[in-house]
Amino acid sequence: MKLKGWKELTPGAVVTEPGSSKKFKTGSWRAFKPKWIEENCIQCLFCWIYCPDMAVKVKDGKRGEFDYDYCKGCGICALECPGKKGNKAIVMEEEGK
Amino acid sequence: MSTPLSIKELSKKEERFTAGHRMCAGCGAPTVVKMVLMATEYPVIAANATGCLEVSTCIQQFTSWNIPWIHNAFENAAATLSGVETMYRSLKKQGKIDKEIKFIAFGGDGGTYDIGFQSLSGAMERGHDMLYICYDNGAYMNTGIQRSSATPLGADTTTCPVGSANPGKVQERKDLTRIMAAHGIPYVAQASPSNWSDLMKKVKKAHEIKGPKFMNIIAPCNRGWRSKTDDAITLSRIAVNTCYWPLFEIEDGVTRVTYKPKEKKPLVDFLKPQGRFKHLFAPENEWLLNKAQEVVDKNWERLLREEEFTAPRSE
Ligand code: SF4
Ligand code: SF4
Repeated sequence: MKLKGWKELTPGAVVTEPGSSKKFKTGSWRAFKPKWIEENCIQCLFCWIYCPDMAVKVKDGKRGEFDYDYCKGCGICALECPGKKGNKAIVMEEEGK
Repeated sequence: MSTPLSIKELSKKEERFTAGHRMCAGCGAPTVVKMVLMATEYPVIAANATGCLEVSTCIQQFTSWNIPWIHNAFENAAATLSGVETMYRSLKKQGKIDKEIKFIAFGGDGGTYDIGFQSLSGAMERGHDMLYICYDNGAYMNTGIQRSSATPLGADTTTCPVGSANPGKVQERKDLTRIMAAHGIPYVAQASPSNWSDLMKKVKKAHEIKGPKFMNIIAPCNRGWRSKTDDAITLSRIAVNTCYWPLFEIEDGVTRVTYKPKEKKPLVDFLKPQGRFKHLFAPENEWLLNKAQEVVDKNWERLLREEEFTAPRSE
């Protein structure tokens, strides 16, 4: 990813492309990685609604995989996940292990 | 013109606040913003006071806002948005625009309770048709955890540091939600991201009311609160269940508590997991711990009395 030089910037540094921060991948910040265990998932989507980094993918109202390009590994989804019969559908694992 | 507040339906909407922002891992504020923007179908124009949210979501050529957004300075988010809203009304009158647009200002507690207070108060008094959202994390977190007037009693910050001469912040927090209600504006509410449906209902309702609206939303900050990265939502839930952060709304002078915990939890449940209150558990600070509980009890009881007192009388 190349940053713009000062000559290419708009006057007043106005950003003309909405949602352009998606080009900045924050996944590299992660020290812990959430793992989704599908068989324990009850599709409540709490992980999706509480994630501060929009890193839980949902398609047609169904829980999909994590978006590791942006997930910062905070663990909120894992803590809030009710899981099935007390078995969490999200567990945190140390990165690089 | 509205998606029901079902989590499945909400998940199908286009994101108005996108990934790639640089708020800390586990910050409560982005979740608050995403919920607020998700709660409505109307086109929205937002303004932002200087603060964590502003500096981390709009860095050089990157913005996380998928809607028009403006930042001006620390003290004037409300004044800036007043100007935008006034221009919109003028363009509408001239027939140059016919869309129904909603206006939202976002500020942290520093930019709202303290530095931006005069411009907020002015915008509300002038009656601009806008919603002001304060995400309250209880200190100037962006610049290194300095106390603000939203910092709770007893908290350790870098400008009221705990030591032999000082037990943390010795003043109570300013009750901004009530101060905004005292402006006599049509809608004021307090919300928490843990209770997402309550939060979004309030935002939705606010947009249907003409005139100035104010919402105060708790937004845990694990760096400043010295807590864990995964507990922003849990802590905001405990804040509600201890009645430290009651959920209520004041609509046209009528106070309604929108959530009453089945069992009011002791305040220590909220204080214990946070390093900024660690010293309160030392024997010499017991008086302060007790005082913090007394303040919460006093405010909660007053709120319940206020609800009773302002309730519309049934014939
Ligand atoms: S670990 Fe945090 S950032 Fe990653 S998906 Fe879970 S809630 Fe989102
Ligand atoms: S919070 Fe857990 S159970 Fe609910 S959708 Fe996410 S992974 Fe599935």
